Amino acid sequence: MEFHETTLENGLTVIAELNPAAQSVATGIFVRTGSRDETEDVSGVSHFLEHMAFKGNDVYTADDVNRIFDELGANYNASTSEEVTQFYAAILPEYLPTVIEMLSTLLYPSLRQDDFEMEKKVILEEIGMYDDQPTFTAYEQVMQAHFPTHPLGRKILGTNDSVSALTAESMRQYHADHYRTGNMVLAVTGRANWDDVCGLVDEHCGDFPEGRIERDTSVPPVGGQTEVVQRPSSLQQHVMQLAPAPAADHRLRYAAELLGVIVGDYSSSRLYWELVDPGHAESADLAYNDYDGTGTWLTYLGCRPETVAENLERIRSVYRQVNREGVSSTELEQAQNRIASAIVLRSERPMGRLGALGINWVYLGRYRSVQDDLDTVAGITVDDIAQLLAEYPLDGVSTATVGPLTSL
Amino acid sequence: MSSTATIHTLDNGLTLIVEPMRDVRSAAFSFLVPAGSVHDPEGRNGTAAILSDLILRGAGSLDSRQLTATLDNLGLQRSESVGVKHLGFSGATVADRLPQALAVYGDILREPHLPADQFDAVREGLEMTLRAMQDEPRQQLMVELRRRCFPSPWGTPTYGQLEQLPDISSTGVGDHYRRLVRPNGAILGVAGGVDPDEILSVVEEAFGGWGEVPETESVDGDHVPVVEHIAHDSTQTHIGIAYDAVPYRHEDYYTAWAAVGVLSGGMSARLFTEVRERRGLCYSISAVLNSLPHHARVLAYAGTTAERAQETLDVTLSEIQRLAEGIEPSELERCQARAKSALIMEQESTISRAGSVARDWFHLGRVTTLDEVRGKIESLTVDTVLEYIHAHPARDFTVVTIGPEPLEVSGGIS
Repeated sequence: MEFHETTLENGLTVIAELNPAAQSVATGIFVRTGSRDETEDVSGVSHFLEHMAFKGNDVYTADDVNRIFDELGANYNASTSEEVTQFYAAILPEYLPTVIEMLSTLLYPSLRQDDFEMEKKVILEEIGMYDDQPTFTAYEQVMQAHFPTHPLGRKILGTNDSVSALTAESMRQYHADHYRTGNMVLAVTGRANWDDVCGLVDEHCGDFPEGRIERDTSVPPVGGQTEVVQRPSSLQQHVMQLAPAPAADHRLRYAAELLGVIVGDYSSSRLYWELVDPGHAESADLAYNDYDGTGTWLTYLGCRPETVAENLERIRSVYRQVNREGVSSTELEQAQNRIASAIVLRSERPMGRLGALGINWVYLGRYRSVQDDLDTVAGITVDDIAQLLAEYPLDGVSTATVGPLTSL
Repeated sequence: MSSTATIHTLDNGLTLIVEPMRDVRSAAFSFLVPAGSVHDPEGRNGTAAILSDLILRGAGSLDSRQLTATLDNLGLQRSESVGVKHLGFSGATVADRLPQALAVYGDILREPHLPADQFDAVREGLEMTLRAMQDEPRQQLMVELRRRCFPSPWGTPTYGQLEQLPDISSTGVGDHYRRLVRPNGAILGVAGGVDPDEILSVVEEAFGGWGEVPETESVDGDHVPVVEHIAHDSTQTHIGIAYDAVPYRHEDYYTAWAAVGVLSGGMSARLFTEVRERRGLCYSISAVLNSLPHHARVLAYAGTTAERAQETLDVTLSEIQRLAEGIEPSELERCQARAKSALIMEQESTISRAGSVARDWFHLGRVTTLDEVRGKIESLTVDTVLEYIHAHPARDFTVVTIGPEPLEVSGGIS
């Protein structure tokens, strides 16, 4: 495994972790833009842009783009989060030249008016699809309850109203502002030759516009509100809660990952044994989510409506005990073993490794090897967890619920 | 690319398939035990699902928490699944820990405690899972579609039915275990950085003394295509379409696979292009070839808001039927490219390979080599795929919709 890094003249950073023994190569462009970078009047534009990327440019039509990726047998897609939009593909090594050209095509689409209108219909259907998934609705609502005055609280997809009102012109402006080399990194993992990679990105990405747009990463005020979405015909009640947790660049972020596993993994965690194993709840999880400048503890409870109150009290009781007493070294070691094994398994495939490589670079601006991650996880102590809990106790500060109940 | 799998069938009938892989640090296993939902007793659908949870709550000398702690400490990324035919137990970890994990699974399958005092908690957990599935119409749709498009008992919902759970007892689950969790007919696939001889000796030690149990065969019921609507106050109308295809063991399987690939094998395939890209009717649309041992169906899905649902159904059905009018060589070439690339990438995943060798053995009674599959993919032609489509025309559709309003199915039922 060898790491390489270079910066093109236009400021585009290119990183690669190459492995001659791999069968495939994966490559992706990670753009530091998402719903938190939007203003309210263009809510949903980052995600909409990700769709428009596949509509082609002056050289390739939308049909061409999909056809060419499929001709390569590529495993390809794109995604948008609160903070990152990524475009990626895994292919056989001989197709790297074509796929880098196609990725560069995705980044700078023509944004034609008729494509825009057609794709708007698809986005509205996607919003409809998530509307039929109560956990997704609960997540959107709890983010709003927790970050009521901050763009992190807005929906990644936008709303029916905001997407309907969006114009191609405002999308073009957003694209011109955010799709600049200072906001992105191109990453390659698996079997490739570094000189070839450099030549290809120079050829296809050398004309990407320079520049960088800064993101406001000040810590947003926490809402602490409760949002209730009543659905009388639902059978189950879904509850999500958020509380402050370390930011993405915090030195205890790996400790936070471990604490999430110990307290709230879907099997064999404290919440599992207290709520799921005895049949009190269908799901009771704790996850750690990190962002630029802030982070969240995300609690999810899925159970019968009539048992929500008692189950929330069970969760509070687990959290009180952990906040007071910390975790045992046995629990910590068990979680370390699980996470280490998950890292090894995920990193074995170029496509599995690509996301970690690119995302680490976006948030930290530096390379972390698989061994770095393994060493950091192995080095966490119960004292680190105690420090973490002193600074970021487990809690449910903001709440959202979806189901038959009219209040909590 | 030739497979180097070694196959060994123990005296009690358990088949072990080991495929060593180069350049990987991990190893994975896939254990298929012939105790899936198709064997649920009449009126007690959910028995297999309860067993798949209860069986992990203590085994051998370990109680439930000790068992979980042991597997966690081995770093095992594990999952359990309830299939139509099998209960599945799979896991992956760094290669040198796999033998210990397999030994623990010996206890789980041969000496589970099946604690009676935890039965109610497990059944309640399953009941809540089924209630949550009813709150998600897309999940519910696929269950209801399978139930109607396969002859009984092959469409039996794998996770059971709410109204039948109260009739399932702890004793009934124990009976299901004793009758069906057995070495004869069980398959263990292992792939990764392992030594086949070492794995064989671990497996002989862990499973060698496991006694056989006589097999019972179920009889297939009748099946007639239906059109059915299930009312739901959902935002979208969720549309499921099913029609006959040939199963994995059939000599025409790869041509059937290619026909579905032309429809739904990528973003340039026909359903995505015609329904989503050209008309903007939906976000999610797909068709897959789903194979049981002796029955197979193409299962198509589309989700769309109610006022556009009729058009979505009409266009989707017409695209499916239009296949018979011809396909372009380039459409087939793209399917072939995707398949070849997927085959090579599968060699990077121990989990995928372990699953594939076990599945192959179940369906075919042998393990196909990657070269053999590649040969079959390369030998496909437009003519052979069209011949298949004409010999197995898409018709007699089963259509299930969940949403605010029922839809009309035109020309689909003969």
